[in-house]
This record gives sequence, C-alpha cells and structure tokens, in this order.
Amino acid sequence: MTHPENAAEFLKDAQKSKWHDETLWFVRDKRDKVSKGIPEWEQLRELASGIKDNVLANLASYLEEFERNATKNGIIVHWAADSEEHNRLVLEILQKQNCTAVVKSKSILTEECHLNPYLEKQGIEVVDTDLGERIVQFLNQPPSHIVLPAIHLKKSEISELFHEKLHTEKGNEDPVYLTQAARVHLREKFFGAKVAITGVNFGIAETGEFVVCTNEGNADMGVHLADVHIACMGIEKILPRRKDLAVFLRLLARSATGQPITNYNSHFRSPSPAKEIHIILVDNGRTAQLARDKFRSSLKCIRCGACMNTCPIYRRSGGFSYNSTVPGPIGSILSPGLDLKKHSSLPFASTLCGSCTDVCPVKINIHEQLYEWRQEVTKTQDDFAKGLSMKLANGIFKSPLAYKISGSLMRNALKSLPNSLIYHPLNVWGKNRNLPDPPKESFQQWYQKNRL
Amino acid sequence: MNSREKILSAIRSLTLEPKTLPDIPNFSNPGNLVERFTQSISDSKGEVMTKSEFEAWFSAAGFSKVISLSSRFSELATLSLPEDPHDLESLEVAILDGQFGVAENGAIWLEDTELGLRALPFATEHLVIVLDRKMLEDTMHQGYEKIAAAHSGFGLFLAGPSKTADIEQSLVIGAQGAKSLRVVLV
Repeated sequence: MTHPENAAEFLKDAQKSKWHDETLWFVRDKRDKVSKGIPEWEQLRELASGIKDNVLANLASYLEEFERNATKNGIIVHWAADSEEHNRLVLEILQKQNCTAVVKSKSILTEECHLNPYLEKQGIEVVDTDLGERIVQFLNQPPSHIVLPAIHLKKSEISELFHEKLHTEKGNEDPVYLTQAARVHLREKFFGAKVAITGVNFGIAETGEFVVCTNEGNADMGVHLADVHIACMGIEKILPRRKDLAVFLRLLARSATGQPITNYNSHFRSPSPAKEIHIILVDNGRTAQLARDKFRSSLKCIRCGACMNTCPIYRRSGGFSYNSTVPGPIGSILSPGLDLKKHSSLPFASTLCGSCTDVCPVKINIHEQLYEWRQEVTKTQDDFAKGLSMKLANGIFKSPLAYKISGSLMRNALKSLPNSLIYHPLNVWGKNRNLPDPPKESFQQWYQKNRL
Repeated sequence: MNSREKILSAIRSLTLEPKTLPDIPNFSNPGNLVERFTQSISDSKGEVMTKSEFEAWFSAAGFSKVISLSSRFSELATLSLPEDPHDLESLEVAILDGQFGVAENGAIWLEDTELGLRALPFATEHLVIVLDRKMLEDTMHQGYEKIAAAHSGFGLFLAGPSKTADIEQSLVIGAQGAKSLRVVLV
C-alpha cells in the first residue's frame, strides 16, 4: 500500500483524524513556547548540528574510543552488522541467563530490527514497558509515533482494550484509572524479570557511558531490578564528550514534547556488583547511509519527533500511513535508504514546506533530502501518465504560439469539461483537491489592458 | 572478517570531509536560582518545600515503610537499605540527598553514593530529595562542568515524579516509578 492509500484509510474517521491533527499541533506549539524561553536556542541547534557533523566525520575512531572505555568500565560490547545479528546476540544473552521473560523500554532500534516477533518465536515473552508501547503491543500494532506511540488511539479504545487484557471496569475511560491499572500490571513484570532491554539516547566516547531518557521511569525500573541489562544502540548515537550531553539534553525534550527535560536521564557507566551490562552497537544500513553524500546528515537525528508534530502531512495521515518504523519526515528520508522500492511513495508524502527542517534540533535539511529522494525515485521508476504530460508540456512551452493557443483552450475546456475527465484516476493531484475557477483571460491579455 | 571489523572498515573506506568539533560556550541566564529551580520542579509536577513543611507533611501521612539515606533525616527511617532491590516493592518513602540541582529544568544529580541501590528512587512510592540551596546551578552546561571528572557507575539527572501522557495526551503522575517528588531545600 502506498502512503496516499494508507492516508485515505486514516482519514475515513474524520473526527479522530481531526483530533490527531490538533493534538500534535498542540505539542508543536508547546515546543515553540519552551524554546522561546532559551535565548541561545538557535546557537544550541547550531552546536548540536556541528557536534553531530564531527561525529559522522570521525565515526570509526569515536566508536573505538567508546568501546575501549566501556570495556574498561566492565560493560560488555557487541557489534551487529544487521538486524539478524542483533536479534541473535540478544537471544544468546537471554539463553545464557535461562531467561524466558524480558522487559523492554522504548527502543526504535529494536522495532527496526523486529526483535519482539523474533524473540516470541523462540518462546520468550517480551513486555514493552512504556505505557504507550504496552498499549500498542496489546493490539499487535507497531507504535505510530516515535515519542507518542499510541497517539492514534482514543481513550475509549484503550479502556476497552484494558478491560479485555487487564480486567479494568468496563466503560471506565479515566486516564488516571487506566494508568494505575497499567502500573500494577507492569510493576509485577518489572519485579519478575531477570533481563531488561533498553534503547540508548546517547553513547559517550570519552567516558564509555550511555544515557537513557524516559518520563515514566520504566527503563530504570527494568534494568535496576534485573540481573542483566542489554542496551541496543545504533552506531550513530555517539557523542564525543560528556559535556556535549548538556547541549543535547537541553534540546531533546524541549523539541519532543515541550518540557524542559525528561524526568529521568540515566547515565550507565558500569554495572552494579554481580550484575551485567551488555551494549550492542548496530549498523543495519547506517554505514550505507553514511556513504550517501546527500543523505548522510539524516544520521544526525536524535529521535525527538518534532518533525512529525509539525508536519501537515503526518498530522493528517497518521503514523501508520508511512508503513515504516520511523514515520514522518525523518522516516521518509531514512527508510528509502533501507528499501527504496518499498518506501518509494514516502518522499512524496510532503508539501516540501520546510517546517520539519525549521524545528529539527540538529538542523537536518529534511525537506531538501525529501526532494533529493524524489529524484532518486523517479530515476528508478517511470511514471507513465506524468511522463506523457511532461513531454506534452515541454512541446507547448517551447513554442509561444502553441502556449497561447493551449492557454485559451484550457481556460475554456476547464469550464465545460465533465468532472470525470478532469478528476481522472490518473490525475492523483485531483484527489480531494478542487481546481480554482479558471481565469477569464491570460496574464498577457490582462497586462495589455492594465499596464500603465 | 567479524562484524566489528566489517563496520569499522566500511566507515574507514569513505572519504569524508573533516569537521571540527565545536567548543561549547558557557551559556548562562542569570537570575534568582532558587526561584527558577522551584518553578522548574513545579512545572515537572514535583514540589519544592522547606524543612518544616516537609516534616509537617511527613508526620501527617504516617508512613510505616521509610528508607532514609539522608544524614539530615536519618531518624525518619523505619527500614534499612536491603541488599536485594526486589525488597523495595512495597516501600512507601525514600529520602535521599541530592548533589546539586539545575535551575533551568529542575534536574537533580544523584550518583551511586547517594542512591545506595540504583532502583531506590524509581521503586519507592514517594521520593524525597534533600538539597542544599547553595548547590544550585544555572543550566545543564554548569551541571556537566561540575561532574566532568566524577566517576560513578551510575548517575541520574532526575527532574520529577514518574509521569505519562500516553492516554490521549492527558498528563498522569505516577506511571511506573515514584508517584511523587518532594525536594526539601535546606
């Protein structure tokens, strides 16, 4: 299914899609307000962008420095070239611990690697512990937003789901009541798990530590109660120095949800006595993206989701319409690098308005890369209808006489042609869009009459 | 070639334009640190209180399971720190000393020394952090400057109680971790 087809599905529930649009805009607005309180906001974005540029230009040596320091601190470092290897490494650690139930906090990387279905096939129970992620897991859905996983659901749906799964009162839609029920359920899982899996927000080369940010405290509940902590980290998440965290922690939550910082920002440097910390450094297409000049800087992303909240297309089409682990504008420039054919409609899921680029805390030129991916897509697939009309237009624009005649023909034709011809299925731009009334005269005619 | 070599050599095979690592200015927004810190904690749904306000709240609530690692309030403890974090399951209150706080966002820095058990500030139902009002920094930049050379196995910037807005964006305090945060400024 292409993005427009999926989006049409999402828009069928007009009330819900309106709520989705307005709610995400509200989050965007909160981001604006809180960022205005920081006089050096634009300087921070510039710095974050510069630090990440430096990381990408020296990635191999930073990764080695990180590995060296982490190992010195007693952290066990693994490397995974692709998702299969990542999943296998996780499984091996679990098997060594005889672990059949694992708790996991939010990690887009493990979504990207499809870790859950892989482990479940091996008979291991995986419990996602972020509330939003637990909700979508109950529904066998992926998250629809990287920061707000269940933003596509209304509380009535969650109430019904919890009634079925957690035996809450039927019809009780109170978010406090529902959250409390999830708390009891999840705390039981935390206290029973031997191994906990987390993602990583930042890995620090200088110290070998890594940082995990949450508001719910679920990552920490998991790892501090478990004997073994497995952290899964994309190789691009490296920062050179500990002090770089100041820049990124100032930007991350403000950009994501408009709060000044996430409530829990945990720095893992070495395991507690008699416990283990494993970190898996994952490539899975990242070195390939690093090799692409035009798209390299997409690897600077810190997964704040600001580009989604601001995007007029994302807000009105929902995360699932992208059919990609990372949806929205940033997903639309990351995913084509993984599978151009599957994700070929994503670079077109944009108005190129540039709002994503304007809010990006690490200043990725997202809308320009969307445009660049469009060039790549059209190189590989010829759109017959558009190709034909472009050739026709080329002939018309070449000859002033042809241009004059066709202009007057079109002005009359648009008035009299039946809608079935103008809004033909081949004309995708005619879907849900109405043409304005055609002007009575050409610009040239108007100019002749009105010039001074 | 193993995956480590494969990844590193794939990166090294690229000719990438050098990019210098920028210096970070010591950004600072002068003002009343206590006032801003208090506002920040309140924005993230915690509460800043004086010693006597805290004592009044504590004695009125009548808790029976309390761990205190704060030297200022050691007499309030009813339990000592267990060896196994699983014994924290029904803990009502944990009282800890914070190293310092950051005014711009209310983040309080804690390390293994203050925490005793890393699970403690998360597993407890209510969290109380005692903080010296002289130990406030302006922004995260000064915060990281302070801990630049510190070496703890675990460190935490904590800014509020456990919270979520995953159900229709309605803010709920007390998701999986502590249901409340009280910061006692002394």
